[in-house]
Amino acid sequence: MLSRTADHLYWMSRYIERAENLARMLQVNVRTSLLPRAADEVDRSWAGTLAIIGQLEAYRERCGPVSPDRVVKFLAFEADNPGSIVSNLRLARENARAVRGTLTSELWETLNSTWLDLTGRPRGDLTTDGLIDFLEWVKLRSHLARGVTLGTMLRDEGFDFTRIGTFLERADNTARILDVQFRVLAPDGIRASTAVDYYRYTALLFSVSAFEIYRKVYRDRITPERVAELLLLRADTPRSLHRCVAEIDQHLQSVANAQSGETLRRAGELHALLRYGRIDLIVEEGFHEFLADFLDRVADLGRRIARDFLASTVS
Amino acid sequence: MPAAFDEMRDGDGRVRSHYRGFERWLDGMPAARIAEKRTEADLLFRRVGITFAVYGEEAGAERLIPFDIVPRIITAAEWRLLFQGLRQRVTALNAFIADIYHDQEILKAGRVPPEQVLCNVQYRPEMQGIEVPGDIYAHIAGIDVIRAGEGEFMVLEDNLRVPSGVSYMLEDRKVMMRLFPELFASYAVEPVEHYPDILLDNLRSVAPPGVSQPTVALLTAGAANSAYFEHAFLAQQMGIELVEGQDLFVRDGYVYMRTTQGPRRVHVIYRRIDDDFLDPLAFRPDSMLGVPGLLAAYRAGNVTIANAIGTGVADDKSIYPYVPDMIRFYLGEEPLIANVPTWILRREEDRAYALAHLEELVVKEVHGAGGYGMLIGPAATREEIERFRGLIEAHPDRYIAQPTLALSTCPTFVDAGLAPRHIDLRPFVLSGRDVRIVPGGLTRVALREGSLIVNSSQGGGTKDTWVLET
Repeated sequence: MLSRTADHLYWMSRYIERAENLARMLQVNVRTSLLPRAADEVDRSWAGTLAIIGQLEAYRERCGPVSPDRVVKFLAFEADNPGSIVSNLRLARENARAVRGTLTSELWETLNSTWLDLTGRPRGDLTTDGLIDFLEWVKLRSHLARGVTLGTMLRDEGFDFTRIGTFLERADNTARILDVQFRVLAPDGIRASTAVDYYRYTALLFSVSAFEIYRKVYRDRITPERVAELLLLRADTPRSLHRCVAEIDQHLQSVANAQSGETLRRAGELHALLRYGRIDLIVEEGFHEFLADFLDRVADLGRRIARDFLASTVS
Repeated sequence: MPAAFDEMRDGDGRVRSHYRGFERWLDGMPAARIAEKRTEADLLFRRVGITFAVYGEEAGAERLIPFDIVPRIITAAEWRLLFQGLRQRVTALNAFIADIYHDQEILKAGRVPPEQVLCNVQYRPEMQGIEVPGDIYAHIAGIDVIRAGEGEFMVLEDNLRVPSGVSYMLEDRKVMMRLFPELFASYAVEPVEHYPDILLDNLRSVAPPGVSQPTVALLTAGAANSAYFEHAFLAQQMGIELVEGQDLFVRDGYVYMRTTQGPRRVHVIYRRIDDDFLDPLAFRPDSMLGVPGLLAAYRAGNVTIANAIGTGVADDKSIYPYVPDMIRFYLGEEPLIANVPTWILRREEDRAYALAHLEELVVKEVHGAGGYGMLIGPAATREEIERFRGLIEAHPDRYIAQPTLALSTCPTFVDAGLAPRHIDLRPFVLSGRDVRIVPGGLTRVALREGSLIVNSSQGGGTKDTWVLET
């Protein structure tokens, strides 16, 4: 497969996944901001969200002080914010268009009609209702794109790079969601938070589609440590870090080439870290530090994948 | 302007026999249902993203080419004549290009003026003496055919460089079958869907000698090109890589693609970029679209480029008047499809006639394309005619003139309902081991009332083209 084609497929699926996870982040914030709490706490949690996705500075520059409505508009709809949901969907479609011949017609039409629907959607000032609908729609379109990928794409390298893009982005985004939410929920560390805020942990679990999974797996009340375990270490949770890295590891193995040895080793090492990890030890050694290290490793994998497979300089 | 031939009705207003089934079907369709279907067609094209970029508009603008749901129907007998005439013409054109880049017999015989060929900017001295597989230069030709007043077919133009439009032919059929399956049940229409298949077969058949499993790639200028949809579509349908210049490189005289598994040899390049941009080392040095060293690899016979470099020497409007003579010279046959009568304005006699009759004639720039740089006498203002008179007098060799032909008309849906609109036809002629043409081609229609310009860049639309099996 052409390196450039692989590159477009990889970025196409990263942008779709990023749009979906942004919608998830906004959803959890919208949900929790409906709970009774102090206004400055609400603002803090939005500021935290902006910071963790690296957009706080861009936001302040453009929009000034943090206010929930403004942040939502900035992250969801603003076409000239390259990190907004709208921009991510546009970039996904642009990457798809560049390799539309490699995509199945069904997948291209899905991404194209997502984009056409989006540009045809009324925006203006959104009510909370309208916003929740919009975020649900973004998730649905992402589910649809992924489903069409799974249901129609030949299982070749193109598929592998599409999946690597999805899971690399998801690993990164899930880690960020966890980091920002746990900082708000358990500011003094997971162990120290005695009064567990049932509603906020529930909102977090919902945001990564893991509430029902939690119930099924633990059949017990919600505790912070189990939430962390579920979303970091369990391989059977579809959005957990372990699951994401397992997928990356597997798909990297099937595209291995002459220069990718070290990249594969690092993916395997990260996989092992999650596979044999223990949540009590992670919490003891620092939950935030673990996530920060994880994000560094994921970023490193992204750079190495680009260099080993996607750059048009190999000759 | 002379009366136009109507594809659907004869001189007495009776529906021609091959359109009767369609007429009955149309009569049975309520207007609201037709409107619904037309909207649905629009949505289908938009969703599939069958668009083209219009140069000069906002960057990245994508537009739909209007699609008309009334098919253009060609009888089996008409197609037999078209097929034979097109095969004859393209065979002669390939023989001409081969001759020009080898012994130039036709110039020595005085049948074509040497300066018309050798001083033409489309003549590529780099090609002189190069052997190409099967002596085929124009592997894919788009020949523009019109029907004049009495219904006789004539060739208006040959496109031998990078003809486009075949994806519309295929998509028009797909949409038509989806919208009106019942019509196809009542008509035996020749299929066109196998075009990508025979195109791939054709491209593989001209691989460099000794290569048994050739790798074919389609070279595009990229997503910003006006025909990008078609490039992506054809590459996908053929299952070949869609490459840009940056994806290819030349090493030791061979061409490779950069892939995720390292370099991979390419044997045949179906290029959709012009000669000038193919190789910055040989042609335009500022080209970012090409592949440095490609010409050298080509000259060494290690890669086939389709169409070959330098085919423009045969499809230039200044060469066009000589094509009937090429057919006689190379094949010893009389042309089965005539040329449109053409005055060559470089000739004094022709020029005098044309200048005296500008208000009746169509004047075309020899190197123009896409309906630009053209004068249509009967529709032109006094000033436009005088402007062209000045242009012709200053550079007579840059222009040709033709009578204003009433292109045939076909009923077409417009805002006011069904109305006749002028059409042409571009069949795609594939040359390799033999000459193959899928029945039909792309029918373009001028949507503005009275307009003769069918180019999509100037408001033209398309129709599905049916060749009947019997």
